[in-house]
Order: sequence, then structure tokens, then C-alpha cells
Amino acid sequence: MTPIQAPVVEYALIAPLLIVSAGAVIGTLVEAFVSRQRRFGVQAVVAFVTVLATLADSVYVYVHLDRLPGGRGQISTEGALAVDGPGVLTWAMLSVFALLSFALFAERRLEGGLSAFTGRAADAPGSPGEAEARTAGLEHAEIFPLAMFALLGMMVFATANDLLTLFVALEVLSLPLYVICGLARRRRLLSQEAALKYFLLGAFSSAFFAYGIALAYGYAGGVLLADIDRAVAANAEGRPLLLAAVGLMSVGLLFKIGAVPFHAWTPDVYQGAPTPVTAFMAAGTKAAAVVALMRVLFVAFGGASLDWRPLILAVSVVTMLLGSLVAIAQTDVKRMLGYSSVAHAGFLLVGIAGAFAAAGRISSVSAVLFYLAVYGVASIGAFAVVTLVRDSSGQGGGEANYLARWAGLGQKAPILAGAFALFLLSFAGIPLTSGFIGKMAVFSTALSGGFWPLVVVAVLASAVAAYFYARVIVLMFFTEPVGEGPDIAVPSLLTTVVIGAAAIVTLGLGLVPGPALEFAQHAGLFVR
Amino acid sequence: MILTLLMVTPLVGALVLGVVPRANERLAKIVAASFSLATLAGSLALLARYDISEGGYQLVEKHLWVKSFGVYYALGVDGIGLTLILLTTVLTPIVLLAAWDDRLPEGQKFHGYLAWMLGLEGLAIGVFSAMDAALFYALFEATLIPIFFLIGAYGTGPRTYAAVKFLIYNLVGGLLMLASIIGLYFLSSRDGSASFLISDLVGLEIGAGAEKLLFLGFMAAFAIKAPLFPFHTWLPDAAASATPSTAVLMVSVIDKIGTFGMLRWGLGLFPGAAEWATPVVITLAVISVVYGALLAIGQDDLRRLIAFTSVSHFGFIILGLFAMTSTSTAGATFYMFNHGLSTAALFLIAGILIARRGSASIGDFSGVQKVAPVLTGLFLIAGLSSLSLPGLAPFVSEFMVMAGTYTRYPAAAIVSVSAIVLAALYILVMFQRTMTGPLREDNAGIRDLNPLEMASLAPAIVLMVGLGFFPQPLLNVINPAVDATLTRIGVGDPPPETPHFPAPQAEEGHG
Repeated sequence: MTPIQAPVVEYALIAPLLIVSAGAVIGTLVEAFVSRQRRFGVQAVVAFVTVLATLADSVYVYVHLDRLPGGRGQISTEGALAVDGPGVLTWAMLSVFALLSFALFAERRLEGGLSAFTGRAADAPGSPGEAEARTAGLEHAEIFPLAMFALLGMMVFATANDLLTLFVALEVLSLPLYVICGLARRRRLLSQEAALKYFLLGAFSSAFFAYGIALAYGYAGGVLLADIDRAVAANAEGRPLLLAAVGLMSVGLLFKIGAVPFHAWTPDVYQGAPTPVTAFMAAGTKAAAVVALMRVLFVAFGGASLDWRPLILAVSVVTMLLGSLVAIAQTDVKRMLGYSSVAHAGFLLVGIAGAFAAAGRISSVSAVLFYLAVYGVASIGAFAVVTLVRDSSGQGGGEANYLARWAGLGQKAPILAGAFALFLLSFAGIPLTSGFIGKMAVFSTALSGGFWPLVVVAVLASAVAAYFYARVIVLMFFTEPVGEGPDIAVPSLLTTVVIGAAAIVTLGLGLVPGPALEFAQHAGLFVR
Repeated sequence: MILTLLMVTPLVGALVLGVVPRANERLAKIVAASFSLATLAGSLALLARYDISEGGYQLVEKHLWVKSFGVYYALGVDGIGLTLILLTTVLTPIVLLAAWDDRLPEGQKFHGYLAWMLGLEGLAIGVFSAMDAALFYALFEATLIPIFFLIGAYGTGPRTYAAVKFLIYNLVGGLLMLASIIGLYFLSSRDGSASFLISDLVGLEIGAGAEKLLFLGFMAAFAIKAPLFPFHTWLPDAAASATPSTAVLMVSVIDKIGTFGMLRWGLGLFPGAAEWATPVVITLAVISVVYGALLAIGQDDLRRLIAFTSVSHFGFIILGLFAMTSTSTAGATFYMFNHGLSTAALFLIAGILIARRGSASIGDFSGVQKVAPVLTGLFLIAGLSSLSLPGLAPFVSEFMVMAGTYTRYPAAAIVSVSAIVLAALYILVMFQRTMTGPLREDNAGIRDLNPLEMASLAPAIVLMVGLGFFPQPLLNVINPAVDATLTRIGVGDPPPETPHFPAPQAEEGHG
């Protein structure tokens, strides 16, 4: 009998993943063993320490990528993970997103000493139990380990090198998110509806994805991305199988990105989920899914790019236009940001459709990474502002998400409104903000990839998008407040720091984008 | 360094206004005025350091800004840029003084109002001195935000509508230009060394088809900004909803970026495509000239009337630029400066009238000269300069445009001449209806100009009269730069044609 060979695991390379999983497991144990009063604080500390350690180790791994024998990047853990420049950079980016969002999770001053999450999720909305939980000051501290599991899923998703790992990562990232989407303290029915909707549609798209994996396996006879690449290059039998595999897998990934026609969940979930969770999803899920999509398309199906590029191109055009146009009609700020996120998915796909890489010029991968980073940070900042604009305590004191309630915010809280305007201008791609550099980068890769009409459509869609961002600025700065206007909650240091940091990054990367852009370019290409 | 300093001074002023106590509006006004005067002084120092006899780009600063894109922070001025920077720095203190007694909408403070104006000045100086296409684009687009706020937050009437219309129109044009900028990046990065420097772009090899597309992208932005018929419809709305000071900054300074951009970037980078597009642009320019003047005659709102006269004048400027003769192009550049002055004077005096009367409708005025003689006199001078009366600066430039254009496109020049008559009509009829005639009872309360207002208008009037008689100093600055641009484009002046008359024949046959 041959002895079973132990798998080779490059622990040093994948340590950031191990740190997150350890943190998540510790969080679960904390839930079991720490007393209820101290639990929330302990969980928050565990989460922050974990994420900071992950970030530090990701940076460490990134810096040491150059020393790898096979160049910048290595296939590790028996082919399951591809630790390469773009992947590790995504790890670091996701850790930053998590750090900022967790700060919003931990904010407890806005609800009178309680978090933004429901006290006891098992209580029916409006039931006596709910009121009882509130008076008792109950809180769900599990959100931290759940979010850390989601973070783990995102990080694996961005570096998965075989289709099975990809699928497992997809589920690991999705399942905790389904749960924490439904945990809002206020407007719980909306929140639960959002969670259910997200779950059902997510499960549906996962099924598509799994079917695509099966077909890809049938075509290539393997699940490693490299296997598929080889089969594509060898022009193996069964082209319909290949096309169906690309199509079905794209459905699953485009769903997570929120691209039309798989975007229907986005506005509902963005609106219903607790705002800190929305921030985390808007930045993190999108980043992880976009990187995974790029990896699958570029690495596994790179040889068949003539087949999928028209598909991505069409989806990007529809996504940009529909996202921007429908956003105009929104009356809820979170829904508006949801559709804005759909439009940005379209702009990101513009860069992917370009599928461009050449020495000395901005490649699709680095352009998209830069875009994801600046979009994610600005999104978290924008949602952080949303948590602060609230109804007066007489009206319940919840978030004032109805856009008309934001009228006159500029007069009431010029700095807060100014920060929000800055994020919106960055979304709109106005120069001297980071969003402009991101747009320029992704559009340039589309042009380099040979699609100049796509660039023209993209800039026109940007103009439409600018219209609805401008409308919010008009509302905040040019309109008289209705009645008393919204209340501005006084946040703790956590939210203040998040908004401040996001604003500094948004403006800073707009004025001095050079180093960050070079950093993204240094990430290089996916390892095969 | 001097250009950076010049650009940063007003921007710093805008930031300083942020820390001035909110209750102390007077201090805010003084701070803003001092920063704008410091900028004016800086621009005079710039003029002194610019070697006119040498010409070309001078006082160049160059630093790599975004390496991946090959974008440089490169500033430098030639005669054209210098002229427009001077226009900006001269007009800004004037409009800040003129804004001294503006009544702002409820809840708005002078701090923000003046800060946006200073910010706009700084960005405009940057735009006029940018030597890198991407830097130019970034600053060009950034100017939208101050004007958006100036109209939307501090304007009058349907200001929100006007502000959004302004923003969207200009953003669409700007984004199309972004597509062209990205196209330039694509072309210049093919050999691995991307650069947006004007000196590198001029030598770039561009296919004829690509050149046309890129040119169209640039022109979309500039034609909307300038504004050229049929993209002008945002201007009357924006001008009518802005405060007089904002309207001056927008029409006199920022809209010049459109014509300036056509000359430096449109014609300069894509000469072939520019020649290809000339028939269309000339036609649209002539339509702008005549149509703007006709619409101006029909306006009842003073501010809309002035806005339409500007559409007509911008038509002249664009006509002169695209005729591409040394006389017409120099005249057009000079016109940019003069139009800035005369429109500023018109808008500001009209603004004073409107504030005193509480209405912008021409029909609500009559016989103002009886109660406000100084105001009437200055209004007349500003009006006459707008209709290009000889002896005032715009006459010189309009004449140069017409004369230069005639040598190449006689038909266009002949049709445009009609606008001179129309201009006399719209200015003089407006003057007659508002200033002369019996004094209306509700006009009796219109006070004459106070010393502050006179002081703020005086520089513009003095410059208009002075340059009307002695245009040569400024033309000496402009001419070399225009000649250099035209040489690069490679279009010479058409050879002079002297009419041939049949030689008189000796009479014979009378015996």
C-alpha cells in the first residue's frame, strides 16, 4: 500500500487567510464563553486585531512576493490557491474595507448605546419581545465573527485557482452575509425581506455557477484554471460545452458584482441591510467578485477571449446605462447608492472587456484594482454618512433615508454634507478626486483593448450618472430644509475616523494618484 | 514657481475663508479682496518677467505627476495664455468688489460665495497655463464645480435648474473630451513612453481617421463651453440665474477656456482635422454671430440679453480662430480679452440696476438717466464697447477678425458684418428703453453709483478706452504666440489679392 502523501501547504504564503479564519473561530468561541455584558466589546477587539493582523501580513506577503522562485506569484496548496500580486493586493484591499466597515459595526453611540443590529433576531418585528430585548440592552455580537467568515470567503474567492475552491469561497462569503443582512435594528421587515431575497437569488445564481463548473469540468477534464486554459488552448472537442460553461459561470459571478440583468437584488439588499453591512458588501463583495471574475476569464478562459469579450461588453453597456438611468428615479438614498453601485459594476466591466495587458502600460487588472480600491473606500465613506443623517428623536430617530429629508443638509452640517458631496463627485468621476483617475484608468484599458466606441458609451453613461449625483448635491446645498430638517447624530470617534479617512483617501488619490497607481501596476498579472 | 504661486494664491485664499469666523462677513470680504489683489500683483510680476521679444512658452515648470499615465504637472505661458491670465486676475478683484453688497439667498454666507470665486480664479489660471493635456483637462473639468455652486447656492430665480443644466451640458462635453484624452494616451503609450506634454503630443503620429475623432472630442467640450450654436442654450439660463459677479466670471473668464482650448489644443494638436472641420465650424460660428444678435434684440431680461450678445461675440472669436489667418487669429485672441472687459462692465452695471429696481425686465425701466447720470454714462460706454464702437478696444479686435476672415472666407465675413448693425440695434434699443424717456415713478428710487461701485468699474472702463487707442502693447504679446501656433498648424495667410482694373485705354477715333 502506498503511503498517503501529505499535501504541500505553503503556510507562510497563505497566512493572511489563516489569520482571518483563526479570528473568526476565536470570535465564535468568545460568543460561547464571554459574558453577555462584555461580549460586544471583546468581539469588536478580536475583530479589529484580526483584521489589522491580516492587513499587516498581507502587506508582508505582498512585499515578499518578489522572492518567490517562480517570479511574482505562486500556485500554492496543491493548486487550490494562486498567491500572486493582484490576489494579495486584493487581500490587503479587503482588509482595509473590513477595517473601515467594522468600525461602523462597532459604532454604538447612534442608537443610544446599542449597535445598529437588532437585539434579538428571533423576535418578530414589533413584538413585545423586541421591546424587551431593547430595554434589556441585548445585542448580537456574532456579527463580528460572521463578517470575518465573509471576509475569509472574499479573500479566498479572489485567489481561488480551481473551480471547486471558487465555489466553496463563494458560499463562505455569501452565507454569513445573508444572515447579517437581516439583522437591522430598525425597519426589520425590510431588512428580513432583503436577506431572504438575497438568499433566494443568491442560491439561484450559485446553482447556475455550479452547473457552469460541471460543464467546464466536462470540457476540460479538470477543475484547475490551468487545466481549462490548456484545454482551451488545445482547442479541445466540445465548443458548445465551453461556451455554456463560460456563460453559466459568468451568471454566478456577474450576480455577485451586481451587473444587469442580474442586479435586481442590489437596490433591495442595499436598502434593507443594516447600513454598516451595506457598506461592507458594497466595497468587499464587489471587489472580491470582480477579481474572481477577472481571474476566471483571464486565466482559465483567456484563450477563448473572443467568445466572452462581446458578452462582457454587452453586459457592461447595459449595466452602465440601466444603473445610471434608474438611479435618477430613486427617492431613497440607499437605493440610489445601490443603483450607483450597479452603474459602477458596468464601469468596472468596461475595464475587464478591454482585457488588456502590455509592458509599460496600464493593464486591465491594475486599472480595475485601482478602481475597486477608490470606489470601495468612497462607498464606505458615503454609507458612513448615511448612518449619521437621522430623523429627529420625535420621529423615532432612525436613519432618514428618504432623499427629500436630506434637503438643506449643507446648511445644517456643512462638513458632513461636504464629505458626502466629495464622495459623490468621486463616484461621478470629477477630476481631482480619486474616482476620476479610476475611470480614466479603466476606460484607457478598454481603448487599448480596441473598444473605442465602448469608451464613448461609458463617458456618456458617466454623464447620466453625474446627473443623479448632482441632484443629491443640489438637494443638500441648494435647497431649503423641510421643516426642521434632518437631525445629525453625533458619532463616536469610530465613524468620524471612517468618514475622515475615506475623505482623505478620496481627495488624496485624486491629487496624488501616482504612487497608488504604480503600486497597482506593480501587482502585475495573474499567475497561471 | 511663479505660475504655481499665482495659481495657488487664490486657492489658499479660498481655504483661509473657511477659517474666518462665520459671523464676520466683512472680514471675509476683506480677506477675499486682499488675496485677489495679491494675485493681480503676482500676474503683473508675471507680465514683467515674460520676455515679450522672445515669445514662446516661458516660465516653464515641469514635474512628473502621474507616472503611469505620463501626466506632467507642467505649467508655462505663451502670449495667449498670458493675456487670458491677465484678464482673469484683472476681473477677479473687480467682481469681488462688485459682489460687496450682493444679497445672498437665506442661509448662505459670503464666506462660501467668495471662496468659490477665488477657487475658480485659481483653477482658471491653471487652465490657461497648463502645458499638459491631461492636466489641462483635469483643471478644466474642475472649474465646473465652483460655478455649479456659485449658481446653484448663491444665484437667483430658477438657480437650481440653471446650475444643473450648466453642469450637465458642460460635463457631457468634458467627458467626450475625456474619451479623446484617453485616445491620446493610447496613441502616445504605444511605444511604452506615454506623455501628455504639448511638445510631445504635437509630434505624435495620428492616423487621419483617429485625428478626426480625437478632434471632435476636444471640440465637443470647447464648443459647449464657448458656447457655439447650437450648444449655447445653457448660457442664457445660467447667466440669468447667476449673480452679476458669477456671470462675469463665467462668461468673461471661464467661457474663454473654450475658445482658448480651440486655439491651443484643438487647432494646435489636430491641424489636419481642424482644416477638415473648418467649413462646418465657420458656418456654425456665422450662425452664432447672427442668431445670437437676433435673439438678443428680442430679450426682455437684461441678463439674458447680455448672454445672447456674448453668443454673438463668441461667434466672432471662433470665426477668427478658424479662419486661420494671422490677422484674424490675433484679432480673435485680442477679442477674448476685450469681450471679457466689455461683458464684465455690462453685466456688473446691469446687476446694479437690477438690484436697485428689483426687476431684470427692460420693460420695468424708463428714464433712469434722470436719477443716475453716472450709471447711465458708464452703461453707455460699456454698451458702445459691446457694439464695437471705434475708439474702444473691441472695435480693434472685431475689425481684425473681419479683415482677416475676409481674405480667406469672404462670404462668412460679409454675412457676419450684418451683426454689427444688429449689435447697434440691441444695445441702443436697450439703452433707449431703460435710460431715456420719461422717468417712471418706480424708477425714481434708483440711486446713482456709489464710490465703491465706481472704483470697481473704473479699471475695466479705463482698459477698454486705453486699449481702444493703443492696442499695440497687448497685440505685441499676442502676435508672436499666434504666429507660432499658425506656423505649427502649417496654414499660411492667403496671398494678398490686389484688384486688377483694366488699364485705361487711350481714346481713339475722335478725329
